[in-house]
Amino acid sequence: MTIQEIYDLLKIHFNDDIKEITDISNGDSFITVNPANIFDILQFCRDYETLDFDYLTLISGMDSGENLGVVYHLYSMKFKHSIVIKAFVPKESPNIQSVVYLWRAADWHEREAFDLIGVVFDGHPNLIRILCPYDWEGHPLRKDYVTPQEYHGMKVPY
Amino acid sequence: MENNLENTTNNNKINIEYSQFDSERMRLNAGPQHPSTHGVLRLEVELDGEIVTDIIPHLGYLHRCFEKHCENSNYNQIVPFVDRLDYVSAINNEFPYVMAVEKLAGIEVSEKVQILRAMCAEINRIANHLLAISAFGLDSGAFTPLLFLFREREFALGILEKLSGARLLYNYFCPGGVRYEIYSDFKKDVKVFIDSVRLAMKEMEDLLIFNDIFIKRTEKIGLLPKEVAINFACSGPVARGSGINFDIRKSAPYSSYDKFDFDIPVVEPGKEVVGVSGDCWSRNWVRVKEIEESCKILEQGITLLPDEGSVTDGIPKKLKVPAGEVYCKAENTKGELGFYLVSNGSDKPERVRARATSFVNLAILPSISKGYMFADLIMILGSIDIVLGEVDR
Amino acid sequence: MENHQFLFNFISEYTGDILAGVLIAIIPLALLLVYALVAIYGELKIASFIQLKLGPMRTGKWGLLQPVAEVFKLLQKEDITPDGADKPLFNLAPFIIFLGCYAALSVLPLSSHFAPSGLNIGLFFIIAISSLAVLGIVMGGWASNNKYSLIGAMRSVSQIISYEIPAAMCILGVASMAHSLDMNVISAQQQGGFWNWYVLGGPAGISKIWLIPFTVVMFIVYFVTSLAETNRTPFDVPEGESELVAGYHTEYSGMKFAFFYLAEYGNMFVVSAIMTVIFFGGWSSPFGDFLNSPIWQIFWFIAKSMFFVGLQIWLRWTLPRTRVDQLMYLCWKILLPLSMVCFLAMALGGMLY
Repeated sequence: MTIQEIYDLLKIHFNDDIKEITDISNGDSFITVNPANIFDILQFCRDYETLDFDYLTLISGMDSGENLGVVYHLYSMKFKHSIVIKAFVPKESPNIQSVVYLWRAADWHEREAFDLIGVVFDGHPNLIRILCPYDWEGHPLRKDYVTPQEYHGMKVPY
Repeated sequence: MENNLENTTNNNKINIEYSQFDSERMRLNAGPQHPSTHGVLRLEVELDGEIVTDIIPHLGYLHRCFEKHCENSNYNQIVPFVDRLDYVSAINNEFPYVMAVEKLAGIEVSEKVQILRAMCAEINRIANHLLAISAFGLDSGAFTPLLFLFREREFALGILEKLSGARLLYNYFCPGGVRYEIYSDFKKDVKVFIDSVRLAMKEMEDLLIFNDIFIKRTEKIGLLPKEVAINFACSGPVARGSGINFDIRKSAPYSSYDKFDFDIPVVEPGKEVVGVSGDCWSRNWVRVKEIEESCKILEQGITLLPDEGSVTDGIPKKLKVPAGEVYCKAENTKGELGFYLVSNGSDKPERVRARATSFVNLAILPSISKGYMFADLIMILGSIDIVLGEVDR
Repeated sequence: MENHQFLFNFISEYTGDILAGVLIAIIPLALLLVYALVAIYGELKIASFIQLKLGPMRTGKWGLLQPVAEVFKLLQKEDITPDGADKPLFNLAPFIIFLGCYAALSVLPLSSHFAPSGLNIGLFFIIAISSLAVLGIVMGGWASNNKYSLIGAMRSVSQIISYEIPAAMCILGVASMAHSLDMNVISAQQQGGFWNWYVLGGPAGISKIWLIPFTVVMFIVYFVTSLAETNRTPFDVPEGESELVAGYHTEYSGMKFAFFYLAEYGNMFVVSAIMTVIFFGGWSSPFGDFLNSPIWQIFWFIAKSMFFVGLQIWLRWTLPRTRVDQLMYLCWKILLPLSMVCFLAMALGGMLY
């Protein structure tokens, strides 16, 4: 299925939660959705017969200035099509529903997004840091991140 | 599937307070300095006698802020960083990154470059699989296969060194082409290399792969069912060992892979040679067969690679990348490696996100190694074939 | 003063005995040390041969001084005792392990005219004394205060104690055929050519043919068992470096580590020597009276033993490691029944001939 067909299908089932389709000529177009309903949308993507996105390729967090973005790359083993779904959450309350119960692959991706960007995934069974030390402060991949001078008495910037 | 998840979600729970634990269980810290964790992986293992009851992987000991560095470097400067993700298959790492940049910038690449890139990737894949198989043997206590296969790996590194000037971290591909022209004896070297690899693999099947002790150690260990593998988004030999026919070189042919004729070795249930589909032996067997397939690709590459034409002409003097975003994936030696690249039109990317294959594949370890013995845990970890540079980035 | 006088009298009266005792104690020690150097060099070179490399080449001609260099390296190393270790036990363990293998040497008949101690229950003594190593291993593993060491020690204890049973069955089988536990007597019985060796049914003429399969199987059982008793590949689970780092000697360094090393090689020699005595004629020449003088007998004994040491090294560099439960399975379900059947047959042979 092309991205337009998927968009239309999602629009029928979730009308207002599906915001827009952003066309990118030199890359992958993506669909922006309402973060409040992300779990249902992705569950629909996984379970709907003609979509069958059983393979969660990637969850990435990104800092887009005023908002934090969460990008889901989905792939279907059966139909060999893929889709990019984006949801933006405000920086003050960066909460979004976890999809660990849909794809177990989401577990470590979500932990990483939490660790580096600071998106909080509600319902994640074990949302702790994964790459940084467990007691690290701040989320390094945010654009306004300031590297701390010291960590446990060790100098951080070389 | 839901029930299955319920059972496995408690795996990664961190309990810092050790006093809570049952006094009859032993907490063993395997790593970060352990001979068989393939790097600085730390596994907190709970043992009941010799049986593993819980595993908590702790990552990040080799975290080098790859994604943060990328945001502060321009597109050509990122290629060496990409090399250092999965440092035993560096060429395969550069592949999807370079394709992503080319797609964003709209650069067309000549056919000769495409074929050369595929050949380099396959030489690198053979080198990686030789290391993976022999290191897997080393995990089971067989030291000699390691040195046997290192000899063949040396040939592969030699060819790539002659091409790029580096032995391990090549920095060879760049958007638009490759950095240096092909040297004159390239085809001859590849031919010799294929022959020696085939001979060595034949020897290896006698020495290690079909050794009774080795089979006993690896068959029916670390079973990964097909559905679980898909749900965990496993790829590469881990997925194909579980019977999933998923290889990006076939499912979405990139570069010049549609010109080559090769098979995807899959261990499907009911068609196993030894053991059952999804066990450690099957994952290793996929790698053994893939070496043969890579040899086939290289053989065809020798005839397909045109002699005339330059491979460095297509490189733009100044790389201009318009705003946009792309996810480009390629079949790395360990599975699907993808780069999610967001460009804002400047000379530095807005965001580079790597779908690190080992990182995703490693996530299955706690689920598939519980209830086996500690020695089996090492074998399961070896059969997943992780590289910590990629896991921790 | 009177005490001193007594001591002086005692010494002057027994000077010869004391000197002889010291000498006889030194000979096996010297033999063991020289053997260890040869075995380390052999291990390095055989491994290199198997692995298509040269091995040590820089220290002396063909790297002949490499084992000496390694000994000096170990001597120089810092002798570390971990903070949390139980110090007396930790320090004692390597010497107890070494004691086990050194004491076993005392009853090995190197030639018909020389055995350090001509004990008439030599085989029994060896079974008993080689169990001492288990004590040392468990002491070292426990006292190291390291979980890897502890697991390694536990594996080792269960392994060695289990494998002692088939080993004892093999030894008993031969003892029942030889009607003796004296190793010198057993060796002497097998004189007169290799067809008199117990691996080929013993010195009983042509009618022993039916016994040969049993004795050969018994020998194989004993060989497998000996690999397990010395913790060599494919049964080196107690120190499997890919799982347990180094097993029970993870925390040892310097000379104490060297004693573990020495004891491992010493044990290899001891089990090979037992194999030589009970199955391969001990010091007797394989060609009847040809080259069967007492001096040549020393050569035959050492040559046969070294052959089996070489075989163990060869296996180590060829095979992967078994898992600990497979190891136990092999012992209790395969080797023990096999050795029992063979023991019955050999006991019958012992009654008949």
